[in-house]
Amino acid sequence: MSRQTADSAVVIGLEVHLQLNTATKIFCGCPTRFGAPPNSQVCPVCLGFPGVLPVLNRQVLRYGIRVALGLNCSIQPKIVFHRKNYFYPDLPKAFQISQYDLPLGSSGFVDLENKKVRINRVHMEEDAGKLIHKEGEPASLVDYNRCGIPLLEIVSEPDLCSPEEAYAYLKTLKGILQYLEVSDCDMEKGSLRCDANVSLRPQPDVLGAKVEIKNLNSFKAVARSLSYEIRRQGEILEEGGRVVQETRLWDDVKGVTQGMRSKEFAHDYRYFPEPDLVPFSVSTEEVEAVRAALPELPAQRARRFMAAYGLPPADARQLTAEKATADYFEQCVKALPAPVENKRGKVFANWIVSDISREINERGLENIQALGFPPSSLIELIGLVESGAISGKMAKEVFIESLASKKSPAAVVAAKGMSQVTDRQAIREAALAVIQEQPKAAEDFRNGKAQALMFMVGQLMKKTKGAASPAISQEILKELLGGENS
Amino acid sequence: MTVFELQQMYRQGKTGPSEVVRELVKKVEVWEPAIHSLAWFDPEWLTRQAAALEKGTGPKGPLWGVPVVVKDNICVEGVPVTCASRILKGFRPPYNATVIERLQSAGALLAGMANMDEFAFGSSCEHSCYGPTRNPWDLSRVPGGSSGGSAASVAASIAPLALGSDTGGSIRQPASFCGVVGLKPTYGRVSRYGLIAFASSLDQIGPLARTVEDAALLSQVIFGFDQRDSTSGDLPVPDYLQQIKTGVKGLKVGLPKECFGKGLDAGVKTELEKAFEQCRALGIELREISLPRTDYAIPTYYVLATAEASSNLARFDGVQYGYRFPNASNLMELYAKTRGEGFGPEVKRRIILGTFVLSSGYYDAYYGHALKVRTLIKEDFDRAFEQVDCILTPTAPTPAFRLGEKLQDPLTMYLSDIFTISINLAGLPALSVPCGFTPEGLPVGLQWIGRPFQEEVLFRGAYAYQQAAGWHTKRPPEPKGASS
Repeated sequence: MSRQTADSAVVIGLEVHLQLNTATKIFCGCPTRFGAPPNSQVCPVCLGFPGVLPVLNRQVLRYGIRVALGLNCSIQPKIVFHRKNYFYPDLPKAFQISQYDLPLGSSGFVDLENKKVRINRVHMEEDAGKLIHKEGEPASLVDYNRCGIPLLEIVSEPDLCSPEEAYAYLKTLKGILQYLEVSDCDMEKGSLRCDANVSLRPQPDVLGAKVEIKNLNSFKAVARSLSYEIRRQGEILEEGGRVVQETRLWDDVKGVTQGMRSKEFAHDYRYFPEPDLVPFSVSTEEVEAVRAALPELPAQRARRFMAAYGLPPADARQLTAEKATADYFEQCVKALPAPVENKRGKVFANWIVSDISREINERGLENIQALGFPPSSLIELIGLVESGAISGKMAKEVFIESLASKKSPAAVVAAKGMSQVTDRQAIREAALAVIQEQPKAAEDFRNGKAQALMFMVGQLMKKTKGAASPAISQEILKELLGGENS
Repeated sequence: MTVFELQQMYRQGKTGPSEVVRELVKKVEVWEPAIHSLAWFDPEWLTRQAAALEKGTGPKGPLWGVPVVVKDNICVEGVPVTCASRILKGFRPPYNATVIERLQSAGALLAGMANMDEFAFGSSCEHSCYGPTRNPWDLSRVPGGSSGGSAASVAASIAPLALGSDTGGSIRQPASFCGVVGLKPTYGRVSRYGLIAFASSLDQIGPLARTVEDAALLSQVIFGFDQRDSTSGDLPVPDYLQQIKTGVKGLKVGLPKECFGKGLDAGVKTELEKAFEQCRALGIELREISLPRTDYAIPTYYVLATAEASSNLARFDGVQYGYRFPNASNLMELYAKTRGEGFGPEVKRRIILGTFVLSSGYYDAYYGHALKVRTLIKEDFDRAFEQVDCILTPTAPTPAFRLGEKLQDPLTMYLSDIFTISINLAGLPALSVPCGFTPEGLPVGLQWIGRPFQEEVLFRGAYAYQQAAGWHTKRPPEPKGASS
């Protein structure tokens, strides 16, 4: 790795836009439902008709305070909105009502596994509409449904040093936001959006020119675009060139960033205080009421899981990173008769952090719910193993089959005749055959080589296509072989 | 006819809404060719409203059957509302302003839309896409502005009442020029919901009327908190008519020395001095006060008002409603040509000025600075109101000027609001009442300025003066060649 691209030289900051899941928009009573027919959730206020006035939806403020507190920010007691002026067809008033010099939250932080990422600000604003460009159509269409959907902008300090860290930050942030239950945090629906700022230090204590990357549609795209940009800027610096401060668009298909015509984005937003919304104060009591109602957040939940179920820290962290996963785990253990022993909690945790997580990742699913394997199925599957009906190895097959066929684990076992062979006579016959086929191993065992027994159990399992109970197989083999190890 | 006279005729069964509408249409036929006070007028629309009132069986509201002219920047559902601008050509709002809802539930007849300076930018009613309005007292002169159409239609008795809007004097100055009563209420007294904004922190809707008591009656209907306007004040509205006749003995009134110096027309000054004598005779205590920052009001206003206007008027881009340049080949051209062709020169001048004062690098020197001066101007008034109950000034430094006289000189035009502008900056209520005529026969207005949300003091003082002086009984003669 060249000097310029060493981790210490990379400076990354992220801006996240979060749509809040309030029932109505930020400045009018229109519903916020996603996916409604174009321009069906609009009124004169969110369409910016002449003469209309905004009225703040107080739920947006409460959600904003909740997020700011969840990100350890201090709360600005004086609420002031500003107008950000620019022309674009998706912005019907030609200004966005936003916050400027007095953001709702500031000076917060998010804890990553081994780093504290500072949060610069959390502020409230309204979303814009959407332009629809249809192939072959001479004109663009505008859908104003999104106009006035409440947004929080969450800006990190430039504390991130690699694409991996940026990815981890986004994962952690999303986890916290999901726990706060203020948004569905769905990047595909655009309810969570991210822009990245990245620069390379030409010298250790000098900041380089900042490049803003837009059009990032997934956390993976954020990481990939940053890797690309770090390489691109590194090459420019190595050749003795200068990085231009600009906004670049990520092309996810080509895997490159491309500069935009800078003229288009040389905005002077002419911020000034929104005269239609009178500044007002948030009382300490209001803030404390929101703080008192804060839900358990991922870090707290991980600590609780470690204490209650004896989970190792890494597992507890993985289990609690996404709210849906942690809820799944708790639904499983809560269904068991109390008190849940540490051991059994671990069995469920192991399944979730290994087999289930792997399937979620391989299938590229949004979360554990999308897998279609409810807690009741996992309870059933683990019950089958614990009762000895199937082996642990068979359980993994049953899991995969259950996902494929959408049948419950018990139904899969019944349909496939996969029940574990516990019939001692059948196992005895197979064991005799193995001893006959493997005289050398049998001899080794008799001579005191314990590993030879495991080899023969393996052969027996192979012969029965994994159906034989390993415990019974071992017992019968020992009995038949006699010898010093019996 | 005043509202009180009309209501008496209704009570006595001497007339009905349909007959009132017929009379109104006749007045329009007599006056409109000469003064052109209305931007939109539809006799059928009025006839339908009158018929609906006559069919109604419920209780009659406080303005039942009373015609009210509406300034062309207040939204009335389904009716063309254009701010006298080409850029809003064809726009019919899909909703009513809060004041319109209140007028309708009070039983008022909406008489038509009044001409104005485009987007309320102006003091002469000459900057209109419909052409200028003329002063009923002298057709060679302007009616004042921007609510010139509202003031002229009331002066010509087309309707006894009109709604105007006042950002820097736009109700009071035309009231003064046309010899009618005009009130700019306290900022926050009247909902701005549905008023097409010029400068949001300064705009207020207010009444124009022939008499102080008519203005008080209309005020009572339109005043009051509205949850759709975050800047509206949640304060009770007193019964102004009950208090209006309680007299003015011992009322302490300040005369700011800064308002009677140079630049004040001699004819205006003479009439004011007579008015002050009459006030003294009524038992009002007059004393000199000082508003030392008066000189800064106009520059402060033109920074703040244009800044807000540049943002408020950015939405007129040809995308959703109003005029759109038909042959744009790209987005920039659509914006540039739509706005270039849709806005008149005074609107463009103010948008450019407002855009400049907000732009990066200039904000602190202009907008930021003006905000601070605005606070100082408010403090001038706060101090004055420690000594007096209200303040009297001329409404305008001159009587109505001639059409075209100041059109080429915007700065001189801006000076005609010198006595009214600081009241908007301070958010105070102020009322202009007729106080005589200059030797050329032009009306002069006396401005009563009050403490925030104390409009009742203005009504009481102006009513007592009006009754003593009697100027409200004078009406302009009908134009020559009229067919009535």
